[in-house]
Amino acid sequence: MDMDSARDLAPPPAAGRCPPLASAELAGWGRVPRRRGALAAPRDAAELAALLRAGRPAIARGAGRAYGDAALAAEGGLALSMHRFDRLLGFDPASGTLTAEAGVVLGDLIRAMLPRGWFPAVTPGTQYATLGGLIAADVHGKNHHVAGSFGAHLGWIDLMGADGEIRRVSPETDPALFAATCGGMGLTGVILRAALRLQPVESGWIREETVAAGSLDAGMAAFDAAEARADAPPYSVAWIDTLARGPERGRMLLHLGAHATAAELEGRDPYATPPRRSLTVPMDAPSWLLNGLTMGAFNALYWAAGQRRAAAGPRLTDWERYFYPLDALHGWNRLYGRRGFLQVQSVLPAAPARDALAEMLDASAAAGLGFLGVLKRFGPQASPFSFPRAGWTLALDIPAGWRGHELADRLEAIAAAAGGRFYLAKDARLTRSRFEATEPRAAAFRALRQERGLAGRFASAQSERLGL
Amino acid sequence: MPLPPADSPVLILGARSDIARALAHEYAAAGHPLMLAARDPATLAADCADLALRHGVTATAHAYDALDLGAIAAFFEALPATPRVVIQAVGYLGEQARAEADPQEAAHVVAANLIGPAAALEEAARRLAAAGGGTIIGLSSVAGERGRAKNHWYGAAKAGLTAVLSGLRQRWWREGVQVLTVKPGFVATRMTEGMDLPAPLTDSAAGLARHVKRAADRGRAVYMPWKWRLVMGVICALPETVFKRLSF
Ligand SMILES: Cc1cc2nc3c(=O)[nH]c(=O)nc-3n(C[C@H](O)[C@H](O)[C@H](O)COP(=O)(O)OP(=O)(O)OC[C@H]3O[C@@H](n4cnc5c(N)ncnc54)[C@H](O)[C@@H]3O)c2cc1C
Ligand SMILES: NC(=O)c1ccc[n+]([C@@H]2O[C@H](COP(=O)([O-])OP(=O)(O)OC[C@H]3O[C@@H](n4cnc5c(N)ncnc54)[C@H](OP(=O)(O)O)[C@@H]3O)[C@@H](O)[C@H]2O)c1
Repeated sequence: MDMDSARDLAPPPAAGRCPPLASAELAGWGRVPRRRGALAAPRDAAELAALLRAGRPAIARGAGRAYGDAALAAEGGLALSMHRFDRLLGFDPASGTLTAEAGVVLGDLIRAMLPRGWFPAVTPGTQYATLGGLIAADVHGKNHHVAGSFGAHLGWIDLMGADGEIRRVSPETDPALFAATCGGMGLTGVILRAALRLQPVESGWIREETVAAGSLDAGMAAFDAAEARADAPPYSVAWIDTLARGPERGRMLLHLGAHATAAELEGRDPYATPPRRSLTVPMDAPSWLLNGLTMGAFNALYWAAGQRRAAAGPRLTDWERYFYPLDALHGWNRLYGRRGFLQVQSVLPAAPARDALAEMLDASAAAGLGFLGVLKRFGPQASPFSFPRAGWTLALDIPAGWRGHELADRLEAIAAAAGGRFYLAKDARLTRSRFEATEPRAAAFRALRQERGLAGRFASAQSERLGL
Repeated sequence: MPLPPADSPVLILGARSDIARALAHEYAAAGHPLMLAARDPATLAADCADLALRHGVTATAHAYDALDLGAIAAFFEALPATPRVVIQAVGYLGEQARAEADPQEAAHVVAANLIGPAAALEEAARRLAAAGGGTIIGLSSVAGERGRAKNHWYGAAKAGLTAVLSGLRQRWWREGVQVLTVKPGFVATRMTEGMDLPAPLTDSAAGLARHVKRAADRGRAVYMPWKWRLVMGVICALPETVFKRLSF
């Protein structure tokens, strides 16, 4: 051995190492369906490319917060966990543009950027989703009617194809592939990095007000009234009592919000918010815990509390409590027990929406099974495959027994008849025929996948089920 | 011994290691600027950007090959700042079967886990002492506690590293150099990826890093996860006649 160096002892580094595959049982947030399949967690682009070039049909997986089977491998395929691509890469304060890797978790991004005065322009109801998942589902927030969906705030996406090559796609360089990747549910390639325009905010607080509306019509009118206000708050979402019947059917609490100004914080550090206390559900709850009775009682209490809050007037709520109330209870999906749960989220064109919503709420109350109901209004959006379009969107959580599936089927039928379509980030059960009937855009999406060499190379359990 | 202040630079050797990355976040979150060193520093650019954005600290990347024994002094000389904390994370598990059959491979395992990393720490200790003191954190392993058929060359090298760290502690403590020997058990990292490790005995890199930083802040000499203290307590107490029959 040369006295100065032991370098000759090390063989030259092997290029394009293919990381080992594990066999793992995976599920989405609803915990059904569960599927055992191959899983890999590459560390860098070279490892990812080696995995893709090996030729198995692959699907990227973020934090697994989609409810159904969107991030589960197809039969004989491979799920690619992106959690190691978790770096923030750069920030340009002049334009508010952040570049980051796809596995970055939204809450981490916020914690890094909020103290500098920036916040995501669009956020879903969980801070645990990853950047890649937010793009692939083209998520909407409570401000869709003013801000559009997540994809409207992207400069570009670095996308890896089945050939292992990275392409920077943007509305300028490749508008078709860019637009299809937003809302493309991972079926256009693996998102590696993206440039995201943030919104400037003066504080980490939200000025929140609650409007209690005693019926479906009163609630829909309250949305209109809030949007018509001179100081119309950008955020609006309603919790809807899915078990109330008769004249109270569809009663709801409309939660309105706007980012508080620094002045409203009266000299306190505007970006400092109290640390979140969180609880964890330690194990699967027994399946009977959430039933029509307990949920009816919960809804009645929540409604009463909401009425008191509505009377109390506006208040300041910190960003975690306002945007991510459910995140405070880690693993709340286990409350439904081993059977898991479904969420049916549809969007209905504005005109027929009212009657279809009423019909869905009646079905839910009659079954005594629609547990958590959320109503939002969407502004206009025209995308090749994203979920949002102008109209009303209702999301209903349902325990996944056979009666739950029966109710889900009924809700889907009502939405389909009213010209609605379904959110694939929530879907675990649509049939091919219902999907085809509600998605005239599917043919063009399939054609793009063929043309770009993506068909057969990127596939999920969901795309297989839906024939995408 | 006073702790290195929160604005004092931290040097991480073998910074691409999963454990090292987690340690970088621990130190950056506490406000320390970082110097990250690895064989291919270009691959550290994203980590440097991330550490700077998340934690508001500066992070720089530097070329370092633990096997390049002649380059150690020059490496330290070229650093942009004098570190007050030096973390040695370089390690190479190798393949036992190859190391058994090929002395060259055995020598590689010993050089990459013992000679190279320890030689760099000799230099680091001298420089920390000259700068008025500081902290050395060396990543050894429980594998160095007792030789096993599964990885006795790796174990031998780690046993050697543990001995060197102990010696460095004794040699330099009067000059204010604190030495922490870290003996992880199983950690889920690139080194162990694809191995069938028992979940209850396997730590995450992030969890280990939290404990290591805390042990260093408290001035501890050795950190070994408590479950592994129990396991190794039993293993090291077994008589050789029993131990040789075990297959683990
Ligand atoms: C409590 C809760 C509240 C929610 N609220 C909302 C809401 O208000 N609005 C809304 O729109 N959604 C909402 N969602 C849904 C959630 O935002 C989406 O499902 C999102 O896609 C989850 O991101 P993820 O990182 O967990 O992705 P996963 O669930 O792991 O994957 C989802 C899809 O993204 C794809 N994907 C993930 N990473 C990549 C990548 N790097 N490259 C390519 N494709 C990728 C997957 O293939 C899959 O098709 C909510 C979910 C929960 C659990
Ligand atoms: N994982 C465990 O279960 C475990 C248990 C006990 C102890 N440890 C020890 O913990 C430390 C960190 O390991 P890890 O688990 O994080 O594994 P890892 O990710 O494989 O890290 C090992 C690192 O050592 C680097 N390295 C190897 N030879 C080098 C050389 N000649 N010059 C410079 N760098 C070199 C590698 O650099 P490249 O990136 O350039 O390849 C790699 O980043 C190691 O010392 C390991 O022995 C690990």
